Amino acid sequence: MGQEILIVVEHQGGEIADVTFELLGKGRELASKTGGTLTAVLFGSGMQAAAASLGAADKVVYVDHERLADFNPEACSAALVAVVGAREPWLTLVPNTSMGMDLAAALSARRDLPLVAYAIELALDGGNVIATSQLYGGKIYTESVLETGVVSVLGGSFPDAAGRVEGTPEVETFDAPDDVATGCLRFTGLIEPEGGDVDITQTEVLVAVGRGIQSEDNLAMMEDLAAKLGGAVCSSRPIVDNKWLPKTRQVGKSGLKVKPRIYLTFGISGAPEHIEGMKNAELIIAVNTDETAPIFEHADYGTTEDLFDIVPALTGMLE
Amino acid sequence: MNIVVPIKLVPDLVEELEINDEATDLERDFLTYRINEFDDHAIEEALQLKEAHGGSVAVVALEREETDKVLYTALAKGADKAVKITGLDEDASSHTAAKAMCKVLGDMEYDVVLTGVQAADDRDGQLGVLMASYLSIPHVSVVSDIAIAGDKLTLHKEYSGGVMASFEVTPKVLLGVQAARQTPRYAPVSRVRQIMKEAELDEVEVEAEPGAGSIVRRMYTPEKGEGAEMLDGSTEEIAGKIAALLNEKKG
Ligand SMILES: Cc1cc2nc3c(=O)[nH]c(=O)nc-3n(C[C@H](O)[C@H](O)[C@H](O)COP(=O)(O)OP(=O)(O)OC[C@H]3O[C@@H](n4cnc5c(N)ncnc54)[C@H](O)[C@@H]3O)c2cc1C
Ligand SMILES: Nc1ncnc2c1ncn2[C@@H]1O[C@H](COP(=O)(O)O)[C@@H](O)[C@H]1O
Repeated sequence: MGQEILIVVEHQGGEIADVTFELLGKGRELASKTGGTLTAVLFGSGMQAAAASLGAADKVVYVDHERLADFNPEACSAALVAVVGAREPWLTLVPNTSMGMDLAAALSARRDLPLVAYAIELALDGGNVIATSQLYGGKIYTESVLETGVVSVLGGSFPDAAGRVEGTPEVETFDAPDDVATGCLRFTGLIEPEGGDVDITQTEVLVAVGRGIQSEDNLAMMEDLAAKLGGAVCSSRPIVDNKWLPKTRQVGKSGLKVKPRIYLTFGISGAPEHIEGMKNAELIIAVNTDETAPIFEHADYGTTEDLFDIVPALTGMLE
Repeated sequence: MNIVVPIKLVPDLVEELEINDEATDLERDFLTYRINEFDDHAIEEALQLKEAHGGSVAVVALEREETDKVLYTALAKGADKAVKITGLDEDASSHTAAKAMCKVLGDMEYDVVLTGVQAADDRDGQLGVLMASYLSIPHVSVVSDIAIAGDKLTLHKEYSGGVMASFEVTPKVLLGVQAARQTPRYAPVSRVRQIMKEAELDEVEVEAEPGAGSIVRRMYTPEKGEGAEMLDGSTEEIAGKIAALLNEKKG
């Protein structure tokens, strides 16, 4: 089959996820360099029409089954393993999302293919792929060499514009293998988040707090600062997991994506899952006592002063 | 239900991570290792399920210097059994460790395997999903809100934007836990010490079987430079500079 690049299409509620177009754009670039083909793999039920927005691919392989209507890790893994088994692509690109995490490693294990996770860059070197992964909470990068295999790519790594091409490529239907129908994992519904008191996606100034604030009591001081700035407090995940703030205040991969004018962070390390949600803020200022914290890679300004010194001083200075 | 929790020890990210001379791995000799934070959540969730519905909780980890303490801590929190796997490279890849875990599970009675959702160093993917695939049982990553209803489990899987999917499953199943229903409990040092005297760890020797791998050709720290402009001066001066930046941007 030569140099086929396979891309797994992620969708939810009938809508294709941005990360799919990011992968299609990058896949197109790689395929044009190798002279190979780009194939999008779509799983769903009555989803054929979605192929119309996958024009960046040369071909769409479509697997239709009622158990693929909503993402089901068991059924989708079975379908992907079968497609890859039949086509033996050179490279399979999967988004490193909640859905993709279930697919990439399952494919790797069941087809005995090497897997590189957390990729943020893909390049060619001779006949190999070089995948750059972001590890250790964003503190360390590695370049892995792959002759063939599976790469899971972090959302936001590539621009999605290049992958948004109208036009329906040739659609090839692939019969769902028997094990898509069997199995004991059942999808029972989607749960939308409850509306919060504050919509942080619409707030111009965000004061973002992380584990560095140590205790729930210290939130009051952050609220004061946010109030002086006419903004709101949002947070990294541990603060929400501790139930100090509602889920509607969480920024990042499983939280909300925000794009405020000002994003001021206190005691946030800058793990990739957090960065995914805030990197497009206009002005980012980070306060973190660890000078090696990855947040400083993404901030415009930073200081390693203790937040417990900076916050009172800063609050006192603002009208 | 009988629950097994594989535990991973990971370098403490608070410490400085140095890279070896070949630039292919961390300089591991002086690193301190601690339990992966999501594994604390997996243990907590397992204990909560046991406390509400009975059954047992076993924790399993690969041997390295800090393993005993981490396993005893889990026993002190309420786990029933702690297994230490010997005979493997302590920095085994996810694929190799997954194969070893599956061998160990072969001799254990289990209905549910709870792993942490991910670790910061799993370049070759999540062990849990690999294990489930080798064991031919279903898996779900990024899980919270696990509940037992008769012979079934219900659970939530998190997507972005606070959206969650709910699933129902009849064990056996493997779940990658994102967050326990409550902050993981703490085991007082005195209790851990006491357990160290009273309890014993099980030891199982396993032979390594490498899985499909890839080669790291370079490990590096991301270049500074494009990064933040660091503000200097006294606390007051720095706060003043931040205030000025904020006022300017707010207009
Ligand atoms: C599937 C998945 C989805 C996830 N989704 C999200 C998400 O949506 N959002 C999210 O945020 N995370 C998410 N995470 C978690 C993410 O991986 C990190 O664990 C999390 O972002 C870390 O939060 P933190 O920066 O607050 O804590 P830490 O990483 O613990 O950082 C705390 C920081 O505070 C600093 N600090 C401590 N004391 C002080 C002080 N006195 N003054 C100044 N600085 C101080 C420390 O130097 C440290 O850098 C997700 C993880 C997974 C696996
Ligand atoms: N070497 C290991 N030993 C025991 N458990 C592991 C190991 N590697 C991963 N795990 C488990 O799998 C989870 C995800 O880790 P990882 O596969 O590294 O992303 C961890 O939170 C552990 O529960």
